[in-house]
Amino acid sequence: MNFDFGPASLEYKEQARAFLARELTPDRVTEMDRTGVSYNPDFHRALTEHGWLAPGWPVEYGGRGLDPMDVVAFQEELAEAGAPTYAASTTMMIAGVIREIGTEQQKSQILPRALGGEIIIVLGFTEPGCGSDVAAATTRAVRDGDEWVVNGQKMFTTNAQVADYVFLLARTDTDAPKHKGLTTFLVPLHQPGVTITPIRTISGERTNATFYDDVRVADAWRIGEVNRGWDTMSVALTLERTSATGGEHRRVLAAAERWAAAGAAADGRPLIEDETVRARLARAATEARVARLLGLRSVWVYANGGLPGVEGSMAKLFASEALVRLTDDLALMAPDGLRSDDPLHADVEHGIRRAQATTIYGGTSEVQRSIIAQRALGLPRSF
Amino acid sequence: MDFALSSDQQLLVGSFDALLGKQSRPEEVRAAEPIGFDAALWQSLRRLEPVAMAVPEDSGGWGASMLDLCLIGESLGRHCAPVPVIETQVTARLLARLGRDTVVEPLLAGGVATTAPHPVLRRHGAAAGIARLVPAGAVAGLVLVREGAQLRALRPDPVPVPVPNLASLPLADVPADGGEVLLTGPGALEAFETAVDEWLLLTASALVGLSASALALAVGYAGERTAFGKPIGAFQGIAHRLADVATGIDGARVLVHEAAWSADEGLAAAAERACMAFAFASDVARQATYWAMHTLGGYGVMLEHDAQLYFRRARGWAAVYGDAEAAYRRVAARRYPRRQAPGLTSVTTNKVTS
Repeated sequence: MNFDFGPASLEYKEQARAFLARELTPDRVTEMDRTGVSYNPDFHRALTEHGWLAPGWPVEYGGRGLDPMDVVAFQEELAEAGAPTYAASTTMMIAGVIREIGTEQQKSQILPRALGGEIIIVLGFTEPGCGSDVAAATTRAVRDGDEWVVNGQKMFTTNAQVADYVFLLARTDTDAPKHKGLTTFLVPLHQPGVTITPIRTISGERTNATFYDDVRVADAWRIGEVNRGWDTMSVALTLERTSATGGEHRRVLAAAERWAAAGAAADGRPLIEDETVRARLARAATEARVARLLGLRSVWVYANGGLPGVEGSMAKLFASEALVRLTDDLALMAPDGLRSDDPLHADVEHGIRRAQATTIYGGTSEVQRSIIAQRALGLPRSF
Repeated sequence: MDFALSSDQQLLVGSFDALLGKQSRPEEVRAAEPIGFDAALWQSLRRLEPVAMAVPEDSGGWGASMLDLCLIGESLGRHCAPVPVIETQVTARLLARLGRDTVVEPLLAGGVATTAPHPVLRRHGAAAGIARLVPAGAVAGLVLVREGAQLRALRPDPVPVPVPNLASLPLADVPADGGEVLLTGPGALEAFETAVDEWLLLTASALVGLSASALALAVGYAGERTAFGKPIGAFQGIAHRLADVATGIDGARVLVHEAAWSADEGLAAAAERACMAFAFASDVARQATYWAMHTLGGYGVMLEHDAQLYFRRARGWAAVYGDAEAAYRRVAARRYPRRQAPGLTSVTTNKVTS
């Protein structure tokens, strides 16, 4: 057992810090906060130019072929800094699906542009009536010669307004059982019939509803086989489960520690002298550690050739629920936790806002618990 | 980074699990109540020499790593072993650090020793001059206590009467007057605090094992027992709580392992991490044993079922130090050292390393 990153990983962490100091400029952070968009074209370009968009990808595709532990070492620095990487991660996730199961034509047309930082791909999975049950999708795709005609609506299509393609899950057989009538497509967003409507969230993040009205997509942009979209989805979701956790926790904790060191309790004594505050900070630091370790364990399983299904679910469940707990605990240390008018308190106030969606997206806590109960404990299906 | 046990570590765990699986079954655990000490098991365990393992080689022991000791601790907890291995290990290590090898020797030969985790107070009414609720205090021939900046070795004679308690632990109030002074001054304080940190960490590992056994009991039952025409494990009201418990246990285990590894590596953050592990593991154990008992429904509260064995110990093992809140305050004491002079505001925030 060993809990140290290797020398190479540590070097990448150093590079990450230097990269962030250079590229995560105050004006880019301000812009991100103002727009609620976790994508910045200049930052994305910088990631690409320095080989940090797809460091774990094989060299022949333009990646660096790094070990997953090295990749996560770099990524956890970006996560802790709150760097705008969400668009990059959805793009590379779908590029990963195409690499696994795409046609030669799809690979040659998409992968160089994705790895070159030229295109953004977003996820079109859930719908107004789906929630976590994405296989209940009702957006229809009907074949018309060499093309498909898409009609329907997707929810939470984050970054659609800056994207080139949506990876869309659509129903192609209404008679088949719900998991067997789905197909996935890479749909160009810049075309008539696509409407993008912004949705604002408690965190300040902007997401979207996207509407598809007789939108046409060539059969050449179908990813995977017809009516086997659920298989494609499982490839995508497996790729999603191996990322750093705990970065946001450390960021909020550090902000709360700065506040506790400088601020005063209601009785005028330094906040950090208050026993309740001290215990809350210690608990938050502890849970942040657990969140990080469970995430690293999940990546470690993947790095050693395993598929971290249960470990990934545990990491996601714990990290998100812990973030909700600790942001509440920290923001409510003293009345000043409400303030969003100065940097000392705003990071904590922002933390409590950002925490809430994490227990929902990427599979709700309830979905993760059902997975854990079934696969780790061998209990019957409890959906 | 490596989260796996080595093959040697697997063998080590296997040897303890094999012995305890035969000699620390629920019937033996029950038979050792209410005092909570099984002399026959204590003798049998000498074959595996858990105390010698904990003692450094220069003091006549094997010098096992803290990680190995935590793996043993988890096994002891898994079987609710009614033996003061952890208390004796921690005390032997403390004595070895003080260079008292002649006092360590009898512990290698089967003696029971313990260290009172809380200092002895003088101005404390009826408790003045008494080390209260000392773990293994009812069976230990040697009790180390701290009073102020002084560390003393007591040899209570007769051994004080056990205090009946929730967890059926061999607790005793030990009169703390007199005894041999081992060390006085900052060195004594430091040696004592290190011993408490080690005891917290090893107890955390035992709490992880205990929680895992409680969970296994509940999972087994939830898969068999039917209600309203379904196995109760198919109800989210049960399954989801057990999933939370399983996640908490995995989290507590990696935290214990990392803290032990940190101690073995001599990292400055090791003490803070040991306290974190204890605080987190004690919370997890409370939840795990509550949900285990609750999953068994009415059977869970029956004395003849095992759930209550775990439930009571989860609370008792931790409460000897204090609750999770007390442990988090100890984390805070390490993480945010008090300022020496008012007006100097700098809080040390141990940034996550690596």
